[in-house]
Amino acid sequence: MSKFKQKEKRTVPNPPSGSLSDIVFMLLFFFMVTTTMRETESKVVVRLPEASEIAKLERKDLTSYINIGAPIRSLQAQYGNDARIQLNDSFKTVDEIRDFIAAERDALSEADRSFMTVAIKADENTRMGIVTDVKQELRKCSALKIMYTARKPAED
Amino acid sequence: MAKKTPEINSSSTADMAFILLCFFLMTTTMDQDKGLQRRLPPMPDPNQKAQDQKVNRRNIIVVKINSADRLLAGTEPMDVSQLKDKIKEFLSNPANDPNLPEKEEKDIEGFGPCMVSKGVISLQNDRGTSYQAYIAVQNELVKAVNELRDEFAMANFAKLYSKCNEDEQKIVREAIPQNISEAEPKDVSKK
Repeated sequence: MSKFKQKEKRTVPNPPSGSLSDIVFMLLFFFMVTTTMRETESKVVVRLPEASEIAKLERKDLTSYINIGAPIRSLQAQYGNDARIQLNDSFKTVDEIRDFIAAERDALSEADRSFMTVAIKADENTRMGIVTDVKQELRKCSALKIMYTARKPAED
Repeated sequence: MAKKTPEINSSSTADMAFILLCFFLMTTTMDQDKGLQRRLPPMPDPNQKAQDQKVNRRNIIVVKINSADRLLAGTEPMDVSQLKDKIKEFLSNPANDPNLPEKEEKDIEGFGPCMVSKGVISLQNDRGTSYQAYIAVQNELVKAVNELRDEFAMANFAKLYSKCNEDEQKIVREAIPQNISEAEPKDVSKK
């Protein structure tokens, strides 16, 4: 009888899981450091045009984004499918860019204001008319550093 | 007798960290924004009289894109793929052609005198031009300038422009300036 009891006691020892949390925390920190918070929800469809001579954006925190494109499908019933300008989280008209730029500029520190960049994210099928309007408006509020966001062409 | 402190059950910290990790994965973006950087010309002062900047005709090349995305460089219509060579020829003017831009001797700090082209590229587009075509043309213009800079850097520093250090890059930038003027919006379509 005692022989049987001895056999039952022998079980596989649990693998040590104490360091598991450390590993996951390390992953967590990696992602926290390498990523930035998604600030706005995109309400327009933007398929970026291709360009090979693109340069990296240096300071992401000094950049304001202007999205231009057709509204996403769920909003097309409301806004139509004409190209529109999206600033922050809502559709805006060209005239409201001025306030947007002023607000963005105020949010920056004095030293950084001259380095402010405006990234224009426009869909490749947008007509230049609306982009030109935006550019003229940016010139009026002297936000002269701009960037046309583009993507690298697919390797062929 | 030494009191034994009970071990804290730490098996759930991994789960908590996983939840945090998932949260950050969902809310963050990792994409890096890339694009073509440009400087817009400042708005002309309305009080100031419009000063006609005299640019010699040979020093300027007008690149027009119409509403059907067709391209006109100088006087001849062409394809986007031909534009780069045209611009390179325009900016470098290897044979000192009197119809191509003149060069000016300029003393560059840290390098010495150098012949710098006075050519200006003027880009005009119609309101109906597609953004894609516009960026394609912009890209070709930048490519032409970048290739000239690479050639200059190769000849003088024996390495590519991107491999040069900051001072050398500054010299190259001064020797091969990127003069692209985005003109006032104009209706280029023929009525």
